[in-house]
Amino acid sequence: MRKISIDKLYVLFSSIAESSKLYIPVDTKAGAKFEEWESGKTLSNALNTVRSTKDFFFPQTENLMDFKVEGKNIEIIDTRSESEDFVIFGVRACDVKSFEVLDRVFLSEPVDSYYKNRREHGVIISVACIKPAETCFCGTFGIDAADPEGDVVCYKTDDALYMDAKTEKGKKLLDSVSCLTDEADTKACDEQKELIHERFSKLPLANLSADAFGSGKTSEFFDAPEWRELSQSCLGCGTCTFVCPTCQCYDIKDFNTGHGIRRFRCWDSCMYSEFTKMSAGQPRLTQLERFRQRFMHKLVYYPTNNDGLFSCVGCGRCLSKCPIQMNIVKVMKKLGGKENAAN
Amino acid sequence: MQQINEPLIPKIGVVTDIRIDTPDVKTFRVVTPDGKKAFDHMPGQCAMLSIPGVGEAMFSITSSPTNKEFMEFSIKKCGCVTEWLHSMEAGQQITIRGPYGKPFPVDTEFAGHDMLFIAGGIGLAPLRSVINYCRHYRDRYGKIDIVYGSRSMQDLVDYKEIIDEWSKDSGVNVHLTIDRDQPEWGGHVGFVPNYVKELGFSTDKIAILCGPPIMIKFTLAGLQELGFDKTQVYTTLELRMKCGIGKCGRCNVGTKYVCKDGPVFRCDEIDELPDEY
Repeated sequence: MRKISIDKLYVLFSSIAESSKLYIPVDTKAGAKFEEWESGKTLSNALNTVRSTKDFFFPQTENLMDFKVEGKNIEIIDTRSESEDFVIFGVRACDVKSFEVLDRVFLSEPVDSYYKNRREHGVIISVACIKPAETCFCGTFGIDAADPEGDVVCYKTDDALYMDAKTEKGKKLLDSVSCLTDEADTKACDEQKELIHERFSKLPLANLSADAFGSGKTSEFFDAPEWRELSQSCLGCGTCTFVCPTCQCYDIKDFNTGHGIRRFRCWDSCMYSEFTKMSAGQPRLTQLERFRQRFMHKLVYYPTNNDGLFSCVGCGRCLSKCPIQMNIVKVMKKLGGKENAAN
Repeated sequence: MQQINEPLIPKIGVVTDIRIDTPDVKTFRVVTPDGKKAFDHMPGQCAMLSIPGVGEAMFSITSSPTNKEFMEFSIKKCGCVTEWLHSMEAGQQITIRGPYGKPFPVDTEFAGHDMLFIAGGIGLAPLRSVINYCRHYRDRYGKIDIVYGSRSMQDLVDYKEIIDEWSKDSGVNVHLTIDRDQPEWGGHVGFVPNYVKELGFSTDKIAILCGPPIMIKFTLAGLQELGFDKTQVYTTLELRMKCGIGKCGRCNVGTKYVCKDGPVFRCDEIDELPDEY
């Protein structure tokens, strides 16, 4: 365990930023957001960023390849290049867990080289959540906000930042800044962990349970009459899927740059009718089917294919961003049995 | 970085021949620029074809794996990409990647069995690959029956191959039907599901169905009336796809991805999927 005084944070940041790009959450007019650190930028005190951290590995749009078309001939141009090393400081326990959810999609065979490239070059520094929000429910999915995963795990107190390396990458990073930090015992962190657990136990969603959902439960929920009422006011705007750290559906499209054709991929949403529309027909005719798909995937289909791991990390972004206040918590309360309904 | 294989990056394919099959179906012959097959495949598998700037779409590979020289795709004109494909001339380059999906179990579950192929319209495209595979390895399979129907005589895909080759093979019986009678047509008239029931096949066969969803539904019911079990019947599903490798999320039905867990499914496996395909 290493320690650095809070008023020396900028020294730590500038030292890390010397060897690789460093991103930290900063406050902007549009809320907290990860930005590349430069002298003068200070750490946001917000619990979480408006957008999730998936952008770092799975950006909203990215170029896949270019084509040169001449007459009947086509040339494929591989535009991939090795990612730069980068460090993300201040990732919350929920968002760190989302990387595991994304890894199981993009790093399973056949491996997505665009994602893998960024993932290999990124170092994740997580920070425990001392001030959770009412929308937090990471505990529902077995995530401990007091003990996040990551290459380096941090605990921020009023006067110091405590850092513990959890992986080789993390150890390398802490070694590189060891002259700035001091050896510390775990007392302050242990106290903070206790406080975090106490605070989380008092959150409004502390008792929300995912036990009713999970592997192999398709037939229990697919035809539930509750989907009608739940989906009735869904606007199909897709906001939930865009702010979601684990939503990873994508579209591939081409556009003419004027000098050639660029093939890019961008985030897509199962909430949109276009998502499944074919010239031969539309398997998901109404918003009910699209709405159901999103939640069935997170709570049943994904866990079935991934050893019970849920595709929701309880970050609460969809709770605060949905224009009609519909969200996964309401779905879980409605469909998750008596125990949840009482919450 | 450049050395790592990326499944989304295709190869170049050259369309060396375009055959007009029906008023809205053409069959495209594709090889690599050096004249080889782009990759090996098994019957029922698919490939992503694209025209840069227009789009990419998934097609079943119509030719049999036993054809070592080229691949063929029978494609119906019905959307952006297919319309562009239909308007092009031989010599045009396209892009190709694959093979995708789980093939028909031709060397395992099908081996040693009598085969019953039932297709409607463009549904013959994926079956042609299996039919020609079974014909190539004729001694590995029993009797072969092919029931094929279309709207009209002109809409029967691969008509020439059916008449000149398939129907002349020993142990292969071809049963053609069209929806409405035509003066020049001497064969059966009527819908595929009814024709299957009329022909009354014995139930010691493996049946493979492909066609419009409504045809599949009624034919499956007809086969069950004849005594077939769903475990003896195979079909292929079709959903919108972008990646072809089970990641983009589009063809997800329940816990399955049609692009990698399908497109070939046994009908009892389909029963386990939520009704959303």
